Amino acid sequence: MSFKHVNVVVIGSGAGGGIVAKELSEAGLDVVLLERGRWVSPDQERKDDLRNQRTTALGVPFGPDEEKEPRVFVDPNGKEKVVWPADGNYNNNAACVGGGTVSYGAMAWRYMEQDFRMRSIYGTPKGSTLTDWPISYSDLEPFYEKAEWEIGVAGDQSADPFKARRRRALPMPPLPDSNETRILKPAAQKLGWHPFYIPMLRNTIPYNGRPGCMRCRWCCGYACECDAKCGTQNTVIPKAIASGRCELRTRCIAGSILLDSRGQAKGVEYFDSQDRRQVQTADLVVVSGGAIESARLLLNSRSSFFPNGIGNRFDWVGRNLQGHAYSGAFGLFDQNIYDDLGPGAEIAICDFNHGNPGLTGGMMLANEFCRVPYQVASMAPPGVPKWGKAHKDFMRTWFRRSIVIMGPSQEMPVFDSRVQVDPKVRDHWGLPVARLSGMDHPHNIDLCKFASDKAELWLKEAGAIQTVRRQKTQNWLSGGQHQAGTCRMGNDPKTSVVDRHCRVHDINNLFVMDASVHVTNGGFNPVLTIMAIAYYASDHIKRSWSNGTFRAL
Amino acid sequence: MFSNIPASHLTRRNFLRFSTFLAIAAPVLEPSALLPGSFRFLTDAEAITILALCERIIPADQDAGAAKAGVVEFIDRKLAGYHKRYQGLYRRGLVCVNQSSHVVFDKTFEALGGTQQDQLLSQMESNHGPGPSWIWSGISPGEFFSVLVEHSMEGFYGGPRHGGNRGAVSWLMLGLPVIPIRSRRPLSAPWFNPAPASAANSPLSHRMGEGRGEGSGVGVGEGWGEGFSVS
Repeated sequence: MSFKHVNVVVIGSGAGGGIVAKELSEAGLDVVLLERGRWVSPDQERKDDLRNQRTTALGVPFGPDEEKEPRVFVDPNGKEKVVWPADGNYNNNAACVGGGTVSYGAMAWRYMEQDFRMRSIYGTPKGSTLTDWPISYSDLEPFYEKAEWEIGVAGDQSADPFKARRRRALPMPPLPDSNETRILKPAAQKLGWHPFYIPMLRNTIPYNGRPGCMRCRWCCGYACECDAKCGTQNTVIPKAIASGRCELRTRCIAGSILLDSRGQAKGVEYFDSQDRRQVQTADLVVVSGGAIESARLLLNSRSSFFPNGIGNRFDWVGRNLQGHAYSGAFGLFDQNIYDDLGPGAEIAICDFNHGNPGLTGGMMLANEFCRVPYQVASMAPPGVPKWGKAHKDFMRTWFRRSIVIMGPSQEMPVFDSRVQVDPKVRDHWGLPVARLSGMDHPHNIDLCKFASDKAELWLKEAGAIQTVRRQKTQNWLSGGQHQAGTCRMGNDPKTSVVDRHCRVHDINNLFVMDASVHVTNGGFNPVLTIMAIAYYASDHIKRSWSNGTFRAL
Repeated sequence: MFSNIPASHLTRRNFLRFSTFLAIAAPVLEPSALLPGSFRFLTDAEAITILALCERIIPADQDAGAAKAGVVEFIDRKLAGYHKRYQGLYRRGLVCVNQSSHVVFDKTFEALGGTQQDQLLSQMESNHGPGPSWIWSGISPGEFFSVLVEHSMEGFYGGPRHGGNRGAVSWLMLGLPVIPIRSRRPLSAPWFNPAPASAANSPLSHRMGEGRGEGSGVGVGEGWGEGFSVS
């Protein structure tokens, strides 16, 4: 069976791909959207404390397939191991329609202006490839706004003096204060900090035809039971389908990007849900598989033009894999804190994202998402037994009386922290799997120590009678849900993979649109930036498209 | 007293085991805590040993412990399912625990007092197999211990749908409101309706791909624990 030639094939239906599919199909282009996972909904994958995208004791409900899609992980000592999606070292995000946006915590951060100019501000520290983006915050600003209004963001950052300038307020107000916010907000103010309400991709009032949050505790890692959480699966993808020009095919595993005789992309070879090999040809190919899978697909696309993988002429594909080193602290209080109001994370400060003496970058700090009892069971502080009556006492004492503050440290990209394709291990379809190796920059540990210091200070000011640091102390590969950086955006083809419009250098009609293109990843959750870039690059394609032809501007 | 046990379970063999079990467990446990012959992977004897181990890991006090919460049923169910890779570790580990117990105290593990049981568990935790080294050859006591603790925590503190946390006892212990899980109802959003089969060759043929009718792997019958009403 062969498919009709289309204008665009988009590989991956997550934060990036969902938006590209909608933008281009509504602009009149015929689009095929390939997704390796399936549709999921809360009525299939119920709120499960042991089986969700963050707590994987009994597996990952939102993909990828736990028997068909292994990876290889190489630890900092060089020891390699085949890993599966529920293992931490797999660095999983998700594989389903909507990708990570189905189950994310949904923090919707705009990066700060400084985050696009890291080398200009900090130089390039030894052992890192820290540099500036080829685009600035102001290039993305209109598209951040578009994401905020079309996908739907609630919050109130007006009390944050460090935020980047913006033209339009958020479409929805924050949720009413939880107990944690009532305690943490005045404490931060007393410290001279500037607390505000986290922007979140979650309806707080009815919006876009869906209801507001019902504030249950099963949020980060779970599909939203009342569909208040805003992902691409319940916003732009339905719009793309409704345009009549977008065909979504689920359970399709992309194998390689096909080139024509001139070295331009002509389509994608994939395996469908019956494991049959299929080819979809297209005028444009957009890769949106996430930083690990997008890099893997490029590396698996070998040809006489690109013997080491497409776009990999200068060995930059898969390099600079980064995520966020999370650190902070938790505090015990002498009063009940727990109010069972989700999502939990609510209040944040950006006082320490930049301008920290002796440090490169920094991090946003915020209270954490609701913790289910099983998660708290593994958080016993040093000195508390891991079992027996003493552990049970710990649960009874701490569960309702604790607050956790954490923050994502902005990592410095490292050239040898990377995605390769494994020479031996294959997936169910015979495709070489992603091989992850390297580790994050030593400076991350300094940042993490700093984050824990500030979190402890905040908790103590708030009245904590005991604080326990939750600090990363060992360099390790970083990726996970915030994976980024593997197809760097840049002006110089020798030191980057895509140009400022997300187009792979040397190929006119191949794009990467996901966190792979992030030069640096901010001290924030990256999803709103992925969305903004998808809108921004789609806009470029739309402007370059006339009379059924793409002409690079 | 045991009217909830189906007659089919009361074979002579099971009855003998059950009697033994009751003699040991009766002082501590509610009689319906274990149902002999009902296990998917464990033998009844293994279940009794695990019951005793878990009850030290999460002991009953003013609140229910692992036994009453159905942690053994949880472990058994998962050993026959998602945790099947641990089958060998459990089978071997349980033999080692009882051999150690026999050598050190001349009793099976479940017959020991709490202090002696804790003593053996602490040695396992520090990766010293209690008793002579030949008992624990080819198995790491520390690994078996940490897997047992991890699975006990899953079974006790996790959601009741997996057979543990019966009656949401741990959630009630922590004063957590037990909210009904309502999400079995289908979403009303129109895009969740899979395309009808007759549309297979229409221009929309793949628009809905596989639809949403795929099995989820979290099947029927994994609802709330018996006797627990979802209010």
